[in-house]
Amino acid sequence: MDGTSFDLITVASTFIGGLFVDPFIAFYDRPDKLIQIVSQGLSAGVMYSLVALGFVVIFKASGVFNFAQGIMVVFAGLTVVSLIEIGVPAIAAVLLAIVVMGAMAFAIERMVLRPLVNQPGIILFMATIGLAFFLEGFGQTIFGADPKPVPIDALAIPDGKFKILGDVFRKPVRIYQLDLTALIAGGLMVAGIIVFLNRTKIGRALRAVADDNQAALSVGIPLPFIWVVVWTLSGLVAIFAGVMWGAQSQAGFSLAVIALKALPVLILGGFTSVPGAILGGMIIGVTEKLAEFYWRGVLGDGVEQWIGYVIALIILLFRPQGLFGEKIIERV
Amino acid sequence: MLYREAGQFKTNYVADQAIFPIRQDRIGMAIVLLFAWVIIPAFGSDYFLEIIMINFLFFSLAAIGLNILTGYTGLISLGTGGFMAVGAVASYKLAVIFPDLSIILVFLISGLIAAAVGIVFGLPSLRIKGFYLAVATLAAQFFLDWLFLRVDWFTNSSTAIEGVPKTVFGYLVTGPNAEPFAKYYVALAFVSVFALLAKNLVRSAIGRAWMAIRDMDIAAEIIGIRPLPTKLLAFAISAFYSGVAGSLMLFLFYDSAEPDLFDINLSFKVLFMVIIGGLGSIAGSFMGAAFIVMIPIILTNAPDLLGLPISSDLAKHLEFMIFGALIVFFLIVEPNGLARLWQIAKEKLRLWPFPY
Repeated sequence: MDGTSFDLITVASTFIGGLFVDPFIAFYDRPDKLIQIVSQGLSAGVMYSLVALGFVVIFKASGVFNFAQGIMVVFAGLTVVSLIEIGVPAIAAVLLAIVVMGAMAFAIERMVLRPLVNQPGIILFMATIGLAFFLEGFGQTIFGADPKPVPIDALAIPDGKFKILGDVFRKPVRIYQLDLTALIAGGLMVAGIIVFLNRTKIGRALRAVADDNQAALSVGIPLPFIWVVVWTLSGLVAIFAGVMWGAQSQAGFSLAVIALKALPVLILGGFTSVPGAILGGMIIGVTEKLAEFYWRGVLGDGVEQWIGYVIALIILLFRPQGLFGEKIIERV
Repeated sequence: MLYREAGQFKTNYVADQAIFPIRQDRIGMAIVLLFAWVIIPAFGSDYFLEIIMINFLFFSLAAIGLNILTGYTGLISLGTGGFMAVGAVASYKLAVIFPDLSIILVFLISGLIAAAVGIVFGLPSLRIKGFYLAVATLAAQFFLDWLFLRVDWFTNSSTAIEGVPKTVFGYLVTGPNAEPFAKYYVALAFVSVFALLAKNLVRSAIGRAWMAIRDMDIAAEIIGIRPLPTKLLAFAISAFYSGVAGSLMLFLFYDSAEPDLFDINLSFKVLFMVIIGGLGSIAGSFMGAAFIVMIPIILTNAPDLLGLPISSDLAKHLEFMIFGALIVFFLIVEPNGLARLWQIAKEKLRLWPFPY
């Protein structure tokens, strides 16, 4: 609009129309674009889900809200990439990374969790913020501060794209094999975790600890061991998330801030729900990309940086336990 | 021997409720103020005044603000950086739009604007607490970051916001050409007044209400404390302090800053000051701020003095590691921070030279 016809009603109607009307016209006009963006959102969402999954595993079993999960993802990804860089075969690199994450879990249990046992959750939360800082500094000392490309060939991650629905729409929808791989492998991993939690002895012990750690202790479940197991498990998830996320862009410490997006995912899905983490990630991912693309005209770039948090805020106001969470939240 | 209150009798309620009931504390405070107001500006170098003292002062103010919210009211916040950004941007806009407005008023009004924003983002605290609230305050942090980075109106379409040169009593106190000691006095005046205010606030009925909410919110509600106004007041006052700290940071320290200076790491830095200094202690806020401000300076200078050359990158990484390790260390060893250590030292001093 030009300066002469400037008045408040025009501005307001353009703004509200741009927010709530124009996107739907655009949906109708270019359904192919919509599907394309939804697929992008899903692929981003899988990554958020994977980070959130690591949070959920730890939170379920120990009640610790692990703020360091994001940096663990970066750390794990960089371990794999750096090992391959110095000539270790891909499979050995992944196995070694698992060992590294296990050792890290052990060290964290010994040095952070055990001395802080029985402290209120918020103290443990702040301790994991400290842990996140430590790991960031430590990781940058070892791996260097620059992001590294993930050797996609060495890890045998398919890296093509194919087009679907070309005959239905004006332009075909592009699907990336990388996203599909992440989706399928992520799904397998979630299935694995669910089987592990429900069908194995350790999994049962884990759920017992999650339910009531004192009762679990009294029937002879070794609490420290369980903590090492859950942290290793979330380390495993972190390796996978780090490699897949790194394959999409690059493995670097800037990913840790993006990993904070997993927090709204958790609020949306509920802190203790594995399916909630998966679905929440998808919802946040898709909403973000849709908002970024269709609200760009009115709100400018970068909407995706905060829209997830705003969704989380709204969810908190109406359904504080999230979509699938247990209703444990204390209300005042 | 020196620090003993024997023989100091309180004969009326005013004396009993005094802010420093023990004479030695009053003398100690007078010495600290004498140092801060006279000796440091008289003998400190420009580098010391600018890089260390002003830095320390505005961080103390931010730490006091967060301590009111997290330490006294028990509401954890990761949005301090965002509220500081509100203060900085508001003071920049005010100083540009109203060139005749006194800089003191500019800072205070920016604080009030930050307080209003704080109330909006504090609203979810009615229904949630703990880490849920932490995530909600992250929303404030990221949203405000984005707002100031993307909406040109806030930065007058430039990439950076700037400290506009302003005078107080004829002295140039802000902007790149101001003398360090003038800037120092402005920062010190603000910190002195607001620290005193905070100290009195937390030992008043309001402060007791905050602590009651922190210790057990349901019990507090039952004895007649209304949770929503109490919590929102904590958010507002905390954001006010953060906002004023943000304005001081922009006008007295950086002179020119890009909005992404006020990112999430700033929030963490202030949170670390509060944890290390001591949750629920005004004096602790100062100690924590001094500690965190000094670490990077020591890390960049100490290796040279010791003859160990380390690169600036490594120093930066070490800083992160030391911050993180210290947080975990303090949470394990002394969850009440440096303030508690100071308290213990005073108790010991009282009995000295006897062990008990």
